[in-house]
Amino acid sequence: MSEETLNLTLKVWRQEGPNAKGRFETYQLSDISTHMSFLEMMDVLNEQLIAKGEVPVEIESDCREGICGTCGCMINGRAHGPEKATATCQLHMRSFSDGDTIVVEPFLASSFPIIKDLAVDRAPLDRIIEAGGYISISTGSAPDANLIPVPKDTADAAFDGAACIGCGACVAACPNSAGQLFTSAKIQHLNLLPQGQAERWARTESMVETMEDYFGSCTNHGECHEACPKEIPLDFIAYTNRDYMKSKRKNRKLQGQA
Amino acid sequence: MAQTMPRPGPNPVRKRPKQLPFPLNVYQSAVGRKWVMAVSGLVLLGFVVTHMIGNLHLYEGPLEVREYAETLRDLGVHVIPRTWMLWGIRILLIAAFVVHVHSAYSLAAMSRKANPSSSLDSNKRYASSQDYAAANYASRTMRWTGPIVLLYLFFHLADLTWGWLSDDWTRGDPYNNVVISMGNIGVAIIYIVANVALALHIYHGAWSMFQSLGVNNPKINNYRRHIAGGLAGLILIGNLSFPIAVQAGLIDQDNCEAPCGITAELEHEGEEAAQ
Ligand code: SF4
Ligand code: FES
Repeated sequence: MSEETLNLTLKVWRQEGPNAKGRFETYQLSDISTHMSFLEMMDVLNEQLIAKGEVPVEIESDCREGICGTCGCMINGRAHGPEKATATCQLHMRSFSDGDTIVVEPFLASSFPIIKDLAVDRAPLDRIIEAGGYISISTGSAPDANLIPVPKDTADAAFDGAACIGCGACVAACPNSAGQLFTSAKIQHLNLLPQGQAERWARTESMVETMEDYFGSCTNHGECHEACPKEIPLDFIAYTNRDYMKSKRKNRKLQGQA
Repeated sequence: MAQTMPRPGPNPVRKRPKQLPFPLNVYQSAVGRKWVMAVSGLVLLGFVVTHMIGNLHLYEGPLEVREYAETLRDLGVHVIPRTWMLWGIRILLIAAFVVHVHSAYSLAAMSRKANPSSSLDSNKRYASSQDYAAANYASRTMRWTGPIVLLYLFFHLADLTWGWLSDDWTRGDPYNNVVISMGNIGVAIIYIVANVALALHIYHGAWSMFQSLGVNNPKINNYRRHIAGGLAGLILIGNLSFPIAVQAGLIDQDNCEAPCGITAELEHEGEEAAQ
């Protein structure tokens, strides 16, 4: 792939703090290599801002290889930018053309208040995990890996759910700001596996209800799946709806009878 | 030693209601409410399909339509008094309609709280012109097509069940009432527009139902969109055919070889009595 350079106009959301009034700032960038990642392009912008004595743009990232879920912003109205199955950090400038204007905005939802510029507080996702996104085991020496047999199909499906990196793009892209894709990925990852059965019904009920404390109601648009860097399937939402209705029946029985 | 600072996260946008006893608590959660919306939608969908198929009697002629209407009143007559079964079905449909509308309204309010800038059919919170990646026209307009169908339902009842809109309306003569009502081009257009809205609503609703009920089976997953599209298309074609056929003169008194409507019935009875 041959290297080209781009001249770009960036419109970036700047906001000093959670309660400050935000605005778009326009920046011109020249000679951006198409081999750069989107975040490297933002680094170039920030270095220029620092050199000019201005405050750099706050944008989160950590692993820069699409596995941690720290990065994420709306790029031209799409969560994580125009490419499919790509986190912001995996997006490359070759997806853009010379002379483009790129609008960069934070992920928005009532439960994702802006901390600064492009950084938003995604703590409600942690609240959902705390409500049941774990299995309780007695610790001790590590068990043999093949002690609990798991059928291959089940393992694959559970892994598809486990692939969720918790970036929040699904909420940001959803017209209802619903947290269904994230929550169902986290629930099903455990509900599908034998190790997750003991707490299955308690987990489902409590994670779904915690989700509903913070997020909107799913209307099955499917925008989340398109935005998701891990392409979590919408099927997980159906599994979770089914498990939730079951959990309501099971959880009202006496303890231990579920 | 590294230490994480406790920090107060964002507050919940929705206050958790006090749990009612099972099964009422199902309706207190959004996922449960969507389930109720799907089940009531399924009941209403069954009605719409049956209604459309039943109306095909219009193509047979006035006597057959009247006979069909009487058969509906006679349902279950061997066991319970006449029209009780019909009223039972009507009450079920009204109940389904009420919970369908209430769940839709309250869930839309919940989503607006979670995203104050969401408007009826679009996602205006982002400045950059947002083109949807997956949401289709039908899914984005559910909150428009729903109220349109609701208004249309009242219009339809006032027009053909209660006869409020025309002096020529005759109780017990559905064929003539349809011909008179839909013979008016304005009324025909109302029927056409409303049924397009209904078909759009069903196209997204029928697919959405599988998700909300958690009906997920790899064997049928690929067909869900087709099932929804097929149902919506069938209902659209069937229901649009009536106003169009009336306008085109295919369903018309003059096309009947015998006398039409209730007059025909009465004449018929008179002849029988005379014999
Ligand atoms: S489901 Fe996808 S979009 Fe949502 S948090 Fe997980 S990885 Fe991100
Ligand atoms: S920085 Fe880790 S996923 Fe993008």
